[in-house]
Amino acid sequence: MDALMLARAQFGFTIAFHYIFPPLSIGLGLNLVLMESFYYFTRKPLYLEMARFWTRIFGLIFAIGVASGIVMEFEFGTNWSTYSRFVGDVFGSALAAEGIFAFFLESGFLALLLFGWDRIGAGAHLFATFMVALGAHFSAIWIVVANSWQQTPAGYHLVGRPGGGIRAEVTDFWQAVLNPSTLSRVGHVYMGAWQAGAFAVLSVSAYYLLKKKNLEFAKACLKIALVVAAVASLLQLFSGHESAEVVSATQPAKLAAYEGHYETAPAGLYLFGWVDEKAGQTHGVALPGLLSWLVSGKSDAPVTGLNAFPPDKRPPVNFVFQTYHAMVAIGLALILIAWLGVFLWWRGALFTTRWYLAVLVGSVLLPQAANQLGWFSAEVGRQPYIVYNLMKTSDALSKAVKPGEILASLLLFGFLYLLLFILFIYLLNDKIQHGLRMKAGEGHRA
Amino acid sequence: MNYDWQTLWFILVGTLFSGYAILDGFDLGVGALHLFVRSDKERRVFLNSIGPIWDGNEVWLVTGGGALFAAFPEVYATVFSGFYLAFMLLLVALLFRAVAIESRSKQPMKWWRNFWDASFSVSSIASSLLIGVALGNIAWGIPLGADREYAGSFLGLLKPYPLLLGVTTLALFMMHGSIYIVLKTEGPLQQRLKGWGKNTMIFFILCYAITTLATLLYVPHMLATLQRYPALFIVPVLSVLFIANIPRNVSKGQGVGAFLSSCGALLTLMALFGIGMYPDMVYSNPSPDNSLTIYNSASSLKTLRIMALMAAIGMPLVLSYTASIYWVFRGKVKIDAHSY
Repeated sequence: MDALMLARAQFGFTIAFHYIFPPLSIGLGLNLVLMESFYYFTRKPLYLEMARFWTRIFGLIFAIGVASGIVMEFEFGTNWSTYSRFVGDVFGSALAAEGIFAFFLESGFLALLLFGWDRIGAGAHLFATFMVALGAHFSAIWIVVANSWQQTPAGYHLVGRPGGGIRAEVTDFWQAVLNPSTLSRVGHVYMGAWQAGAFAVLSVSAYYLLKKKNLEFAKACLKIALVVAAVASLLQLFSGHESAEVVSATQPAKLAAYEGHYETAPAGLYLFGWVDEKAGQTHGVALPGLLSWLVSGKSDAPVTGLNAFPPDKRPPVNFVFQTYHAMVAIGLALILIAWLGVFLWWRGALFTTRWYLAVLVGSVLLPQAANQLGWFSAEVGRQPYIVYNLMKTSDALSKAVKPGEILASLLLFGFLYLLLFILFIYLLNDKIQHGLRMKAGEGHRA
Repeated sequence: MNYDWQTLWFILVGTLFSGYAILDGFDLGVGALHLFVRSDKERRVFLNSIGPIWDGNEVWLVTGGGALFAAFPEVYATVFSGFYLAFMLLLVALLFRAVAIESRSKQPMKWWRNFWDASFSVSSIASSLLIGVALGNIAWGIPLGADREYAGSFLGLLKPYPLLLGVTTLALFMMHGSIYIVLKTEGPLQQRLKGWGKNTMIFFILCYAITTLATLLYVPHMLATLQRYPALFIVPVLSVLFIANIPRNVSKGQGVGAFLSSCGALLTLMALFGIGMYPDMVYSNPSPDNSLTIYNSASSLKTLRIMALMAAIGMPLVLSYTASIYWVFRGKVKIDAHSY
């Protein structure tokens, strides 16, 4: 493999691994705030037990998220130094802002969240929990701002770089931050994260119910998380639609690749299919006119096709077609699962329908898969550019790094993350199996 | 008035990295000393002395990295791509360290705890050494091409002066950590730790003297700014006074005073490093004309101004969280149900 593919593989692998954890922290953070608020206002020990159990899980997830996140902070420089020279003036500010406004907030209050139960009052602890959840949400804003600028750059101009060549410099900070795709993508990432957190709680609770363990605990958790899951899954449908509209307006080649749409003509929406990139044709089952209707409100409106772009300015079409369609299918499945749960709850059968509980146990993997597939679609769909229409990925590579060095780091992180993942599952399972024993003297200081 | 925004950001980035050195410095030092205590209970005391704060301490590094990227993208790009493998090793060490802290007390098995204890200590030592070696290379200078790319190899980073700075950094962090851990312990364990404190102090002062001598003899470009602005001589004088004050505080039993002196020593040593480099950020050796200075590697003035506003809003918040967390978790380590 050449340096470019190695650098992409190394970066993609380390960031995909990292992205298992932040959505869980964001989503669990929201669930924790709800659970602890219930405790604060009702003072029922059950809610305290819930908040403590999920805080321990949160601590584990957060630790791995931070550890794998430090790697990301520096990999723009290690793998993509030419890119870093080109965008630093704009892109670096977002990363710095994330540190100053989000990471310090999160890590500071996390200490109180994890270790402060007996040192501060219940109100102060709830406040700390809220601030950690808020910090996690802030952090997502800044990183999505940075990435959205790569998708739809705005508020910049190109000027000479001191070392030769050109670079992007900020002309309007707020235009760069609130570039055309930022808001829709922040919403989309948030809903994906809420789903990840809620379905993790649903999965563990359903497992307890099936095993007939910790029944009261499991039922209360299930109810809270089901509300979050139902709301987030439905909102995700609207957010996904909004994101697609923005992509259609700002990155037509990406949208065309999502749907394998070659000729500029009215377009349908594929349920599933296969793109023959050589022949420039897509085979599959499509709902006619639906894509046109979704992006413009008229089923006979033409949608720009891939043939409008020279082949070297198109992303890998079949890859993003498949990842995008898998993401959408999972998103629809999550709506079905969550609202089926609401229906069963209404019928009074939520805790006794065993096949449904079994579905919930496995459902934890679905938002994770959708989050990963969605990012693959967004990032691969932007190719061959690293900054859309401004810089090609192949021009962004570090010049001083040799392919062997990237390979070495890929193997090192591959091995390490495999071990880390096994360790994570082992510790997580241990907490789920044995984590719910309230130790004597664990009362809260009033 | 026309401010020198590049110099301001040089100081601000330096402040973030100094904050990192002062704060993560003692928790890396505690990690480096971790295997010297033997019993499970004592090791838990070590781990929990930094339990609630190590994570926040590392945020200073992450934010420093972000600020470097935003204010001096050329430096960020050159250094991290140039030190590729060395940096990957540092990242792996920091990663391992985080996982070791989190996992160590989660299982009762002896082999489990021994493994994570060793990982925690080795990764703390490796991180300290690598940070010092990186600083040493920046000070000594690295070969840069006219295209501003690192023109050397991985092994080229292992020259004697950078290695010496690596050992000195380790010694400094060990001393800093041993002073911190005395503050957090009590009884016979504390008495024993006080004895180590003396050894780490001797180790550091020896390294410090040799590094100073080597810098004077072999790295003369680090002295240029001090020679040009004699008023700055106050900084090396202060660092000597802070360092000399540590044994004085220790012998009088003033634990907090010793820790503050040690923080002062770290701060002035970092300032001395900054003054030595100024106005260069990466010194090119050979061909100093290719050096990255704060002026030829900075972002636009507009970005520097926006970021200064962010820092003005954000840093008071950061200092207030940091201070309140240290206040809540002040006093001796108490192991409870939530401890590591």
